[in-house]
Amino acid sequence: MDKYAGNSLTAGALRYRSESPKKAGGWLGSGSRQMETGIEFLLKLSAFIGILAIILISLFIFAQGVPLIFKIGWLDFIFSLKWSPSQGSYGIGAMLVGTLVLTISSLAWAVPLGISTAVFMAEIAPARIGSILGRMIELLAGIPSVVFGFFGLIIVVPFIRNYLGGNGMSVLAGAIILGIMILPTIISISRDSILAVPKEYKEGSLALGATHMQSIKGVILPAAKSGIITAVILGMGRAIGETMAVVMVTGNSTMIPGSMLDPLRTMTSNIVLEMGYAAGDHQAALFATGAVLFVFIVILNLVVSLSIKEGKNYAE
Amino acid sequence: MDNLKLKSESIKVYYKDFQALHGVYMNIQANRVTALIGPSGCGKSTFLRTINRLNELIAGTRTEGQIYLDDKPIYDKDLDVVELRKEIGMVFQKPSVFPMSIYENVAYGPRIHGIKKRSQLSEIVEKSLKAANLWNEVNDRLNSPAARLSGGQQQRLVIARVLAVEPQVILMDEPASALDPISTSRLEELISELKKHYTIVIVTHNMQQAARISDYTGFFLNGDLVEFNRTDELFVNPRDKRTEDYITGRFG
Repeated sequence: MDKYAGNSLTAGALRYRSESPKKAGGWLGSGSRQMETGIEFLLKLSAFIGILAIILISLFIFAQGVPLIFKIGWLDFIFSLKWSPSQGSYGIGAMLVGTLVLTISSLAWAVPLGISTAVFMAEIAPARIGSILGRMIELLAGIPSVVFGFFGLIIVVPFIRNYLGGNGMSVLAGAIILGIMILPTIISISRDSILAVPKEYKEGSLALGATHMQSIKGVILPAAKSGIITAVILGMGRAIGETMAVVMVTGNSTMIPGSMLDPLRTMTSNIVLEMGYAAGDHQAALFATGAVLFVFIVILNLVVSLSIKEGKNYAE
Repeated sequence: MDNLKLKSESIKVYYKDFQALHGVYMNIQANRVTALIGPSGCGKSTFLRTINRLNELIAGTRTEGQIYLDDKPIYDKDLDVVELRKEIGMVFQKPSVFPMSIYENVAYGPRIHGIKKRSQLSEIVEKSLKAANLWNEVNDRLNSPAARLSGGQQQRLVIARVLAVEPQVILMDEPASALDPISTSRLEELISELKKHYTIVIVTHNMQQAARISDYTGFFLNGDLVEFNRTDELFVNPRDKRTEDYITGRFG
């Protein structure tokens, strides 16, 4: 059994079959040994297939998109505001700005609201109510995005059209819907990280004569900082990647919005709106849009892991 | 000459249906070290936490009776708990340094109590770290994370953090139980120095420690204060059979 010493997953998974993994071979005969080798092979195969799929998709996206980016010139592709595939001009500048504007404006209200909610649930509400609320919030995260989009289209868009002007399909509608969609992520991860703060911190602070609010601001939130940053960045990742609901409420014009009531188009919307009929360079341009998004998200993930490391420096 | 600092009258504590303390009377003298000993679950930590009203953080806890700090009743409806905790500092079993720099740990208390001037804060930080015998070890790295200090240093940092608020009384809940013998002896030295200026109440599992550092000792058992006396008396001439059994190691 020595060859399994380093593979605790295999050994652990089979322990229920053979009382002690050490005896497995001799005890149940060579059949069990063969089965163990077989399962180990299956696990390796699954890991290999999973990782291979991701690598192939990434390679494909870049192989399809990158040549076009260089054909146009990457500066032109990213910053040009002119997107008109019929005339052969592919500039995703407006979409890039659209994604940024929409992400920032949804984070602008969802982050403070989400963190405050998390603080309330973890620190102020009685434990039982906190955990009931937590379960409800997690439920909210499971609603399909098209339902949020539909709600936006039927309720939010007409409201904006009737009371604020414009045709309702707007940055504002998108920010409202997208903000609601990322709230569960921000709330539940922030709450978990606040609950994970050792109770000694809170007691230590209160014992110095700090009030509850001072302790939250001075010790608990700083201690939970890396988790809260993770929450915000995951929320941001979801906001950048969200497509369906955004397509349904933002109007999708390929211009930079001049106000919160103007329509916009995000990079993800761009892909989903045009993929049905795109061919040749046009199709390549959509893949290139995907490649830019990909890089965007990778950078975000790097920021997450760096911020977590930074936090650990102080906590550990 | 001893002066009364804290006086506890018939303190009873309930956690939901469970009664953790059955009416504790104790006189705690100023500028003395009072040790609370007893087996696990006997109520000594619960009693310690009634003195700064920290038990109230646990939902379902009820406290009856009264404790006087000098002449002020601390279980008074009008008493400001925040003000009380400024006067009565606390050091916990696990060194609870905050996840921030050494400097910020010590400056935290004075800051929440309204001191903003950097020069004044730095002065308090230096004074407190010196009083906690930590200054010489950390003065060149005040801005590095407090979590990088050793366990013994962290515990002295927590004491410095308490001293920075200038309390009258310092409560210590098994402060040495997570420390190695050398750090423990440094902590005990520090406690003996601190009692010149502060009243100290310390919960300890270690009877030798209680005998070494305290002037008074209280022995708790099953929520009762069985015996309270001068430490030299209690350890040499216990009046109660149960105290004698405990300190001679027959149970606990």
